[in-house]
Amino acid sequence: MERKVVFAKPEALTDAPTHYCPGCTHGVVHRLIAEVIDKLGIREITIGIAPVGCAVLAYNYFNLDVAEAAHGRAPAMATGLKRVQPDKVVFTYQGDGDLAAIGTAEIVHAASRGENITTIFINNAVYGMTGGQMAPTTLPGQVTTSTPFGRDVKIAGYPLRVAELIATTSGAAYVVRRMVTKPATIASAKKAIKLAFQAQRAELGFSLVEILSSCPTNWGLNPREALEWVEENMAAYYPLGDYKVIDEVKSLK
Amino acid sequence: MAKGTILIDEDRCKGCELCTTVCPFGLVHIANHFNAKGYRPSTLVDPEGKCTGCTLCARICPDVAITVYREGV
Ligand code: SF4
Ligand code: SF4
Repeated sequence: MERKVVFAKPEALTDAPTHYCPGCTHGVVHRLIAEVIDKLGIREITIGIAPVGCAVLAYNYFNLDVAEAAHGRAPAMATGLKRVQPDKVVFTYQGDGDLAAIGTAEIVHAASRGENITTIFINNAVYGMTGGQMAPTTLPGQVTTSTPFGRDVKIAGYPLRVAELIATTSGAAYVVRRMVTKPATIASAKKAIKLAFQAQRAELGFSLVEILSSCPTNWGLNPREALEWVEENMAAYYPLGDYKVIDEVKSLK
Repeated sequence: MAKGTILIDEDRCKGCELCTTVCPFGLVHIANHFNAKGYRPSTLVDPEGKCTGCTLCARICPDVAITVYREGV
């Protein structure tokens, strides 16, 4: 009987093993992006921008051209790269510490200018690389190393809902939120990433896919419990959904 | 039923156990030995050839450690 490979590592990923902790969903999202790039046949024309944070070494894992931006500045760098090379597909890969704290100005203005770039936004409600401190996206009451009694919104304010915020900008074409907790939600996230890249290829404007992710290590949970925590707690505060899909993007489907 | 099998790259595996939670037939388990990184890798235990090659275990793996094969496709 003939045996065929039905699932294997995509070409747009290198063979390098990642430095991510066991069960961290960064690896899942890397793979989804790579699968979409393979599927669209755009590996030779795609440029990724890596952030500062846990994904700082993403350039070792994507088998394509990747630039490294200063903390939070990936959308600014993507703007420049895309404007001088409009035939390229340019995406940023950013965590919440990078995008929703130090990089808030860059992301809001890139979206508002309608830059024809794509942002994959990893929201895991914590600063991962630096040791699990409170991020702007940390949930009310969530215990982190810098909020040992839980985030007190009277002192630390409220978590930022990035997809909802970016969806209010006129330049945004496609803004959605997904999670990667089960094969089915992972498939839905992949579809969204594909549509975001397609929107860019059709020159429709700014696209952002926010992905609720897990950080088992800094949450103090095992990988399975961490995914349950995403579904029960994160998805409650950050509802999944399509926050802005312009008609031209809808017709891409 | 489609027949399939999986190959786990033990040295990529970090023993996170996520693949063991999604197999519809409970065929993926954590092994009793350690890999080069010091993790206990996952392993396929399928004496009756129940694996259908559905790819669910591979799709949840954060480390792309699983390759899935299907017969006669
Ligand atoms: S391919 Fe499907 S049936 Fe086979 S081990 Fe993986 S999850 Fe189980
Ligand atoms: S999901 Fe991947 S890394 Fe985790 S135990 Fe299974 S094969 Fe290993």
